[in-house]
Amino acid sequence: MANVLPSQAEGRALVDGNRFKMLDAAAGAALRHLPATLAILGCILLWQLVVWGFSVPTFMAPGPLDVIKAFGENAGVLWANFWPTLMEAVLGFVFGNVVAVLLAVWFVHSPLAERAFYPIAVIIKSIPIIALAPILVLLVGNGIAPKIIIAGLICFFPTLVNMVQGLKSVSPAMLDLMRILSASNSEIFWKVRLPSSLPFLFAALKIAATSSVMGAIVAEWIGSSYGLGALIIEATYNFRSPLLYATVVIAASLAVVLFFAVSFAESKIVRWKPTTDH
Amino acid sequence: MLETLSRSKQASVGAASGSAVSVTNLHIRFGANDSSFTALSDVSVEIPAGSLVTMLGPSGCGKSTLLRTVADLVHISDGSVSVHGQTPRKAREGRDFAFVFQEATLLPWRNVIDNVRLPLLVGKREAGATYADPEELIALVGLKGREKAMPHELSGGQRQRVAIARALVTRPRILLMDEPFGALDEITRDKLNEELLRLWQETGTTILFVTHSIPEAVFLGQHVLMLAAHPGRVKEFMTVDLPYPRSLAMRDTVEFIRVTAHLRTLLGEC
Ligand SMILES: Nc1ncnc2c1ncn2[C@@H]1O[C@H](COP(=O)(O)OP(=O)(O)OP(=O)(O)O)[C@@H](O)[C@H]1O
Ligand SMILES: [Mg+2]
Repeated sequence: MANVLPSQAEGRALVDGNRFKMLDAAAGAALRHLPATLAILGCILLWQLVVWGFSVPTFMAPGPLDVIKAFGENAGVLWANFWPTLMEAVLGFVFGNVVAVLLAVWFVHSPLAERAFYPIAVIIKSIPIIALAPILVLLVGNGIAPKIIIAGLICFFPTLVNMVQGLKSVSPAMLDLMRILSASNSEIFWKVRLPSSLPFLFAALKIAATSSVMGAIVAEWIGSSYGLGALIIEATYNFRSPLLYATVVIAASLAVVLFFAVSFAESKIVRWKPTTDH
Repeated sequence: MLETLSRSKQASVGAASGSAVSVTNLHIRFGANDSSFTALSDVSVEIPAGSLVTMLGPSGCGKSTLLRTVADLVHISDGSVSVHGQTPRKAREGRDFAFVFQEATLLPWRNVIDNVRLPLLVGKREAGATYADPEELIALVGLKGREKAMPHELSGGQRQRVAIARALVTRPRILLMDEPFGALDEITRDKLNEELLRLWQETGTTILFVTHSIPEAVFLGQHVLMLAAHPGRVKEFMTVDLPYPRSLAMRDTVEFIRVTAHLRTLLGEC
């Protein structure tokens, strides 16, 4: 037993080593992002100076300090409106992408289905989302449903296109090989088509992560009483510009967080590089 | 190490006099009837069991088509192909042959050994069939120690070695190779050629090998099958009278040069 487990001292050394490694990584990341961080801070500083220097009225363009103050004063309101938007964006993301992936799988297995329904998907895609919102409100009421549908619709098309392309990206030689091995269609799907579509799928999911937030917010503009979108409208009409800016910052941060969540999942799942067979 | 491939060895010894592939009056046409294109016209050829036959011919003459027909990847328009007395389809289902393409066609998300194992995971497996040990095959193709490497960490030549190991894992009696070393540099190609010869002599597998290179065809081939184009047909089936084991130095012998010159003239006429 004793020679299997590392001794206490070794264990501590291990933990210390890990801690150093983490510190190292954090320092490395900070250094790498230093230029971007400095540039952003510079822009914020410039913005504050312009607001001060030209005495811009707060309702027209609040300075960063006003916005930070608005965060503190309206923390409760922002928090309460953040959750519904997050829910709508995430549910829309899930539904839109699941439907798109299933459709893509169907299209790849049935050329007839692809020829019949791809054009419909293109037509739906060409309707401006903002024009679709009132129609959906009339159809399914003013609850959470139209928001999820719009967030989902916005995700749907890029994922469908990418997934179809990804599932078809398998080289003809690979398919020949599977045929020589007498592989069944489902074996070809699970062992070859699906894994090779993953890089394409994640490229689409990263787009979808940010656009689902946009979809949810746009949907909330049409007669909604909650959510970041509704808060944006309300703050605008009441000339509460610092609150408006704070809401926009929250919405952008939400999109960024979702984007990084998808990127993280990608880095865990797609750990291979495509080989360039010459 | 080579016990892993003994099935093919015994088979070839037992059937040394028979033919592994026999093609009779084969016609291959692509496309609909009115706009059909004849890729192969009245091709007849016997590939002796245990032999190494290389296939030469101008581009587009139907070398790949012939190989793919044997592998049940192309529909036979007319005539017949028999693989150890069976239809190509039966032979495919019985794992009688394996195919090596110009590209290694490895699955990039599987490491070396998992790629070699792929044939054991898909398709109908014969009841009671015993397959070769993937680890031994990886050693056989000279990649011992790289079992866990991912395809993108390998060179083109190493990837092709993995593809060969994968082809051998089902212990095929016939190996169909379509320009397997066509994309490799000359030094790698020479090395792999020597190793392929060693493999062939040790295992007795029948090999049908398509190439664009006359020296490669002569260096490897016991027989050379030359096809002519428009339409694809057999130009010549000749035997190369050079003893095995062959070494690269053999390429400077008079006989080697005579055979290559002869083939070059023939190719010019195609
Ligand atoms: N699936 C197909 N459909 C239609 N025509 C085809 C098909 N496959 C091959 N052909 C045609 O058949 C002819 C022979 O093709 P094949 O690939 O067998 O030639 P090849 O001898 O292997 O040529 P290369 O040396 O360039 O590889 C070509 O003219 C090609 O265009
Ligand atoms: Mg070819």
